[in-house]
Formats: sequence, structure tokens, C-alpha cells
Amino acid sequence: MAPRLADVEVGAELPSQSFTITRADLVRYAGASGDFNVIHWNERVATAVGLPDVIAHGMLTMALAGRVVTDWLDDPAALLEYGVRFTRPVIVPDDDAGAEITVSASVSAIDDDGTARIALTATFDGATVLGKAQAVVRLS
Amino acid sequence: MALNPDFVGRVYPPGPSYVVAREKIREFAAAIGDANPVSHDVSAARAFGYADVVAPPTFAVVLSLQASGAVIRDPELGLDYSRVVHGEQRFEYRRPIVAGDELVVSTTIESIRTTAGNDMITTRGDITTVEGEPVATTRALLVARGPEEA
Repeated sequence: MAPRLADVEVGAELPSQSFTITRADLVRYAGASGDFNVIHWNERVATAVGLPDVIAHGMLTMALAGRVVTDWLDDPAALLEYGVRFTRPVIVPDDDAGAEITVSASVSAIDDDGTARIALTATFDGATVLGKAQAVVRLS
Repeated sequence: MALNPDFVGRVYPPGPSYVVAREKIREFAAAIGDANPVSHDVSAARAFGYADVVAPPTFAVVLSLQASGAVIRDPELGLDYSRVVHGEQRFEYRRPIVAGDELVVSTTIESIRTTAGNDMITTRGDITTVEGEPVATTRALLVARGPEEA
């Protein structure tokens, strides 16, 4: 059931989710998105440019965080805006455990025009990795 | 080297159109672990009134990334892509992208700033159908780290 404007209040929390990102996920995302930047799959190049290890595509983190919103909505057309800042890299080690990201979200504002603002928080290794992460949704 | 602020407002016209394939949407949705039936199952998408499967919202970056290559590779702009990191990404949607859409992207340089030796460039991608119907607008902030960053 899609959330209804009348039932949603500021501060309401969306169901939070955790996501695991392994090296295999980065390869799959690279192929699906066409973003073959070497720092997302090659440790030698990643460390040569000063990174601690291979890092996840910022857009993969953004896509995973967005699922918390789109899983809550019903009709995909209800999402009007979505934006994030990439504030910290998600480091993905060469092991089977990968990196775990936890995403929480809550309603931060409800506007008179029937739209609601959702503020998202994505954390990895105890620190936030997205800044000003916000979605605007239309509720009926 | 600082980027030339005269490039603000420059428009890179669309390249060849992009035809959104049903299997590409399924592949992208699988890559982000998105099991939403509207992205996989045609009948689920039709139940919502769409002609075919619906792309997850960040799929729009597949098109804008491809289109922004014209900016990144513009020798006159002189962006050193090996120093570029993705600083920020925003999307505004008029409607979801659906399999079967034939889309084009016009890319505009919205701003260029230099702060503490880092070049920051914001590009806007206007995604429309080939008939001119607006679908989505994307904005990417790219940060080119200065060579002598302390």
C-alpha cells in the first residue's frame, strides 16, 4: 500500500535497510551503468591515486539509498526529485564480506502542494557517506 | 590550472538517441538489487499504467554520463578527468523512464568555480524524448582536485 499524505507526518520514519557491497557488485554495477572508472575495480590503480583501496561508485550508493524511498512509495512516478552529495568514499575490500551500508530515512517536511521531503542518512563504517541526501515525493 | 569561466552556459547538443531496452532496465535494476516488480515484470508495470518496465530513478545517470563525455573530452575546456571525483548528483523527474523510450540528452555547463585550487564544474543534462517531451533533468558536480593539494 502506498503511503497516503493524510497518514504521513513530519518525523515519520521509513523502514531502514542495510546493503552489502562486494567487489562482484561493483563489477556488475560497472557493466550495467557503463561507468568503468578503474578506481571501482582495480586496487593497484585505486591505491596509486591515493585511495586506501577500491571504492564503490558513488552512484551505486545513491541507487541503494534510493531504494529505501522507492520501496516505500508504490508508483515510481511519485518520486519527483532526488539528490545527494558524496562526502566520504565507501571502501570495498577484496573479501566475501564486502562493505555494509545502512540507510535510514524520515519525512522532514510536508508542503501544501501535496509533496513531502524525505531526508536520508547513509552510514558506512560508523560515518555518514552522503550529505544533503534528500528526495521529494508526491503523495496522494 | 583553473578552468575558463567563459565556458559557463555552453551547450553540448545531443548525440545519437538512446533507445531504452527492457533487458537493460532489468540488468540495471538487478545491479542495484532492486526487486521492484515494475522494473522487471511488464504486467506489473502495466498495472500502474506504464507501457513497459520502468527504470529505477538513478538509471537516468546512464544517459547523462554518456552525454557528459562531450564536456569531459572537450579539449578547449581542458578538464583533467584523472583528477575528477563525483561531488554531487541531483535528479528532477517529469516522469519515469520506461522501456521503449527513445531519448536524447542536451548537456549545459551551469557553473564553474575554483576553490582552494580545486576546479568545480556543474553540468546539467536535459533528458527528453526525440519528440521533445521533457523526461528528467540531471545535475552533476564534478570536482577536479588541484595538483598541489596540501
